[in-house]
Amino acid sequence: MVFEHLAPLMLTESGADFMIHGVYKFSLMGKEIWITTTTVSTWVVCIILIVFAIFARKTILNASDVPGPFQNILEIMVEGLEGMTQGVLGDNAYRFINYIGTIFLFILLSNLSGLLGMRNPTADYGVTFLLGIFTFIIVQYQGLKNRKLKHFTSLFEPLPLLFPINIIGEFANPLSISLRLFANLLSGVIMLGLWYGMMPILLKIGLPAFLHIYCDVFSGCIQTYVFCMLTMVYIGDKLE
Amino acid sequence: MNLTGRDFIYGCSAIGAGLAMIAGIGPGVGQGIAAGHGAAAVGRNPGAKADITQTMLLGQAVAETTGLYGLLVAMILMFVKPFK
Repeated sequence: MVFEHLAPLMLTESGADFMIHGVYKFSLMGKEIWITTTTVSTWVVCIILIVFAIFARKTILNASDVPGPFQNILEIMVEGLEGMTQGVLGDNAYRFINYIGTIFLFILLSNLSGLLGMRNPTADYGVTFLLGIFTFIIVQYQGLKNRKLKHFTSLFEPLPLLFPINIIGEFANPLSISLRLFANLLSGVIMLGLWYGMMPILLKIGLPAFLHIYCDVFSGCIQTYVFCMLTMVYIGDKLE
Repeated sequence: MNLTGRDFIYGCSAIGAGLAMIAGIGPGVGQGIAAGHGAAAVGRNPGAKADITQTMLLGQAVAETTGLYGLLVAMILMFVKPFK
């Protein structure tokens, strides 16, 4: 079992289980590498997305004037994505629509994967921190590209004295958006883990569906939207 | 009953985790205020209900962050055990 030191203090005896577990261990160049439950559920999400993409491509290549149900769904999705990006980024929306659409679909499916009985990949800080770092890199690159030297001089505004606070503010952005996504999903995983681990068997039938609706569907969809929205807001700040 | 130093530290960590969850008060009040103003806005302009709901939910999700930081601190105190 990986992460032995994370084993709960007193919950292990009661059977509640919401930790990341190791599935398979192998060594690469003298280092132990674990395949964890996060990795497995990420693979499942990726496979679902790839199959969806293949079918979507097939449908769009044979698109007809009178769309079938699947083509209709695809058009609604693309129009929604265009509306969301153009609302924040305006005319620059098409430069970022690919990235925003990709992370939107990945985070959304990761958040909903709790419904399939897997542990959400986004309830692992390794996943969300990576997404935060991507946002940070894109934001800094766009700042350097569009604002040149002003990207650095704006750190000394309005007062040179505020330079340290501005620097902290820049680096807090990826940390805060990744922690927000992680903690929301983690709280859902913990609540469901406690319910499944500690309730008598009769209460485990049917009732957890309401918890799933709140923790996975409602909270997951809103956090997906918030993550993409904040990424676009941060990028939009650096564009002029 | 004899208490070792480690038991004492674990007990204090549990108390600290409980105290950290007091952070839940702030986001509760903030989200309530946001929801109240959202309801007032819908009452004044029912046509803009979709936009108001969207903005309100976005603001509430961002306001929730401080409470989640408290939850993270509590989780670290309980399960990661930084003080051995």
